[in-house]
Amino acid sequence: MRYIVLLKADQIVPPPPGLMEAIMKLGEEATASGALLDNAGLAQGAAGARIRVSGGNLSVTDGPFAETKEFISYAQYEVSSKEEAVEWASRFMKVHQDLVPGWEGECEVLKVFGPEDFGPPAPS
Amino acid sequence: MSAGRDECFDRAVTVSDPTSIDPVGAVRRKVEAVWRIESGKLIARLARVTHDLGLAEELAQDALVTALEQWPRTGVPANPAGWLMTTAKNRAIDTFRRDAVYRRKLDAVGRAQDTSQDPFASEAGDAMDDHIGDDLLRLIFTAAHPALSTDARVALTLRCLGGLSTDEIGRAFLIPESTAAQRIVRAKRTLAAKRVAFELPAPAELADRLASVLQVIFLIFNEGYSASSGDDWTRPGLVHEAMRLGRVLAGLAPEEPEVHGLQALMEIQASRLPARTGSDGEPILLSDQDRRRWDRLLIRRGLAALERAESLPAPIGPYTLQAAIAACHARAGSVEETDWARIATLYEVLGHLWASPVVELNRAVAVGMSAGPEQGLTIVDGLEVAGQLAEYPQLFAVRGDLLARMGRRQEARAAFGKAAEMSRNSSERSIFLRRSETG
Repeated sequence: MRYIVLLKADQIVPPPPGLMEAIMKLGEEATASGALLDNAGLAQGAAGARIRVSGGNLSVTDGPFAETKEFISYAQYEVSSKEEAVEWASRFMKVHQDLVPGWEGECEVLKVFGPEDFGPPAPS
Repeated sequence: MSAGRDECFDRAVTVSDPTSIDPVGAVRRKVEAVWRIESGKLIARLARVTHDLGLAEELAQDALVTALEQWPRTGVPANPAGWLMTTAKNRAIDTFRRDAVYRRKLDAVGRAQDTSQDPFASEAGDAMDDHIGDDLLRLIFTAAHPALSTDARVALTLRCLGGLSTDEIGRAFLIPESTAAQRIVRAKRTLAAKRVAFELPAPAELADRLASVLQVIFLIFNEGYSASSGDDWTRPGLVHEAMRLGRVLAGLAPEEPEVHGLQALMEIQASRLPARTGSDGEPILLSDQDRRRWDRLLIRRGLAALERAESLPAPIGPYTLQAAIAACHARAGSVEETDWARIATLYEVLGHLWASPVVELNRAVAVGMSAGPEQGLTIVDGLEVAGQLAEYPQLFAVRGDLLARMGRRQEARAAFGKAAEMSRNSSERSIFLRRSETG
């Protein structure tokens, strides 16, 4: 099963000592475990845009946007249960909790559709 | 037994979902998730200290059982992995002390060992992490040791490195749980009886030992890959378990080309999973697959792994060659765009390493696509003259396809009829039957 984990939080500028290293170490561990397939940090919303269809119109708005919390990073995991994805995401959040005093943020664990979501094929 | 480490509990996290009517089940699933992530490392560390894979596996299991008993009451500790390790270590020390006392009682002379000896004494804190790569590699090599039967190697690998229960192994291989459990018990006994040390292979035996590991992982992969039907996702799940093992191994033995070759082969093959069965579960041949459904992330990872294999100084082997062939398909937008000449060459090289009529038949297909059906047919004729693959339906299907492209319709229909007759797979047979009518 594949999951995408999206972190939405306040930008941490500059990151406190040890944070990036702890994040890299955890990423290394998740990669070594065969669970982490892909991940990257995301630039501030100012570097991006939103495309919206509404009221019959398609509109493009360049960043930055009003929200204080931004998407900070994404990761894709391949695991055998939702709980395993939640465990990796929790470890990732805990690194921030431990190293950035007062930090707040949330991440979403989203399941990528896979064959297991469509029921077993009929026995042939 | 208690882990007895207060800091494990000082910030216990709750996993209870207020909407869940089954908080105990939620904790159990959380324990299982931690187990999946940590069990291999746990067993590997314990085995290095105890020099006994069987004992290590039992100690780890004990820790799991203790967690399943305690966590629903105490909450999940903030550092569940540390808790499991501490619990298993304490149990190991108890065992050693008991053994030491027992030995001392037996030993009238009193040359007893120091009963306070802690086998983990030198393993304080982070120092353990420094060894974990080597420990895991030892575990992989030991679980897939050639002294064991293939079935035993597969079962022990899934048990010790995949964290699978005997029930899961049984369901995955369509055998009773008791049979799976027996395979593991026997495997551990064999390792003990043959005094297989929990060590990395000596340089002289590395090639054979590595081949054994790669074979086990690829067997697990194929078992899952061939399970396109059935009502239990444990079997298709083997594909991902094998890929996970392949990725772990690639991280542990990055200097071995075939390790990356196998990883590349599995990633690229698995990228086709979403496209290789139809809505009714019927298989769809590679040439008929909707390539837009191929998993681009896995292809990208597979191609990167292949590049790593090919960039290493050591010579590549059959896994890398097969991955290179799979990559030709992965890179192509259609059957027509496929670099069939390169595939034909790769099969030729593969045939030198691994002489097999099936490889030769695949070369016939590639040559048929690149040089023309006549040249392909010459290779098929050669196989038939040599009496090879006489019972192999694909030989006749390939012949039929080549004949059809040469306009020899009647012979093509006859060849497909023969293929259908020989096929034991109902969906495959229906494909051949259809071609036996249309040519």
